[in-house]
Amino acid sequence: MDVNIEYFGMLSEITRCSEETISLSQNRVSDLRALLLRKYPALEQVDFQLAQNGEIRSEETGISHRNLALLPPFSGG
Amino acid sequence: MNRYSRHIALREIGRAGQDRLAKARVLVVGAGGLGCPVLQYLTAAGIGALGIVDPDIIEESNLQRQILFGTATLGQNKALAAQKRLTDLNPNIDIRAYPERVTPRNALAFCSDWDVVVDGTDNLASRYLINDASLITGKPLVYAAVYKFEGQLAVFNYRNGPSYRCLYPVPPRAAAVPDCSESGVLGVLPGLMGVMQANEVLKSILNLGTVLSGKVLFYNALSAKVTTVTLHRSEVEIDKVLANRDAFQHDSAGLYGGRPVDEISVESAFRKRGAQWIDIREMGERPRVKKPAVTRIPFSQLMGRIDEIDSQREKIIFCQTGARSQKAITLLSQRPYFDNCYSVKGGAWAISAYEKRRGDERA
Repeated sequence: MDVNIEYFGMLSEITRCSEETISLSQNRVSDLRALLLRKYPALEQVDFQLAQNGEIRSEETGISHRNLALLPPFSGG
Repeated sequence: MNRYSRHIALREIGRAGQDRLAKARVLVVGAGGLGCPVLQYLTAAGIGALGIVDPDIIEESNLQRQILFGTATLGQNKALAAQKRLTDLNPNIDIRAYPERVTPRNALAFCSDWDVVVDGTDNLASRYLINDASLITGKPLVYAAVYKFEGQLAVFNYRNGPSYRCLYPVPPRAAAVPDCSESGVLGVLPGLMGVMQANEVLKSILNLGTVLSGKVLFYNALSAKVTTVTLHRSEVEIDKVLANRDAFQHDSAGLYGGRPVDEISVESAFRKRGAQWIDIREMGERPRVKKPAVTRIPFSQLMGRIDEIDSQREKIIFCQTGARSQKAITLLSQRPYFDNCYSVKGGAWAISAYEKRRGDERA
């Protein structure tokens, strides 16, 4: 399945793009994380939350939508 | 009531709404890039009582975005300077300044005293602390945070809605989230986010429109793109916080990473009178500093020679770059009476550059 991933904050600096399309062979969240870490090892340094179709469900383990967003915490004020 | 005539003219607010604002009590934690615009608009709107909590002093690098301050207030405490400026803007409301840090010890007391809490802090330890305290005391938390050109906005703990812990359950490793001083921030960005926070405060008090609860708004100042995602309440994460209620004040779970270290710029350090200066570098480290009367205790001997440190006076501690001095302060803060320590940003390099600049000016 092809998914579109949007990157926010420092994530887009690591990936050097604000969004991209990635092809997933497995549809688990853990597979997506592993795939992204292989592609962008520096992601290891950053925590983020995953939104699917504009919705965050922290207990969700499967990828069931094509529109994904990776949301890191911001701390500045 | 001429001051509020434009509010009263709005059918949705009217005299009744303006009276509600006059009875409201709002606590703003952090009078920085976010806190300044929040405070300015809430003061202008006629919120009955405003609390301002901030232990920091105003530095020149703050003026690019912290709009309540100016050259004349450099070196002053932010809460006190904001109180003065805001009293001029609206002398009819009750403005209290708390020039101190929110800690696990005082956070519950702070939150219980107010109707709405605004998070304008600049570090994650404080953000988790304020979120948990507002959750435990049942107060809505109007949250915003910024990174370079991007901001986040949400109202947490509002009428059983989700909490910051439902978005990010545990604090990330400290190194994973740089702050403004390391990464920089577009000056207008906290302004925009802070004004949006003030708007959410007004809506929640006036029961107006839809409060941004159960959602998180992301704003990108470069693309002008707004992304709003839906956030669900996680009972598991919320129960963890509520179960920790009794241990909260002692932070026995270490949830808030202890007390953040107070940093001070060289300029502000030199303005402090009567403080004890302590160089914690090992013997022979460069650069040398000219400042007289510096106590030298290498970091490796610090706790063994603690009796050479005056617990009564403020302490200005430096190393080569400002990293070890933070560790030293964390160590010292575990002892009673050692909570008045400052770490010099940039360490001995910044001090020696400052001394050279000052020497050149005199020559």
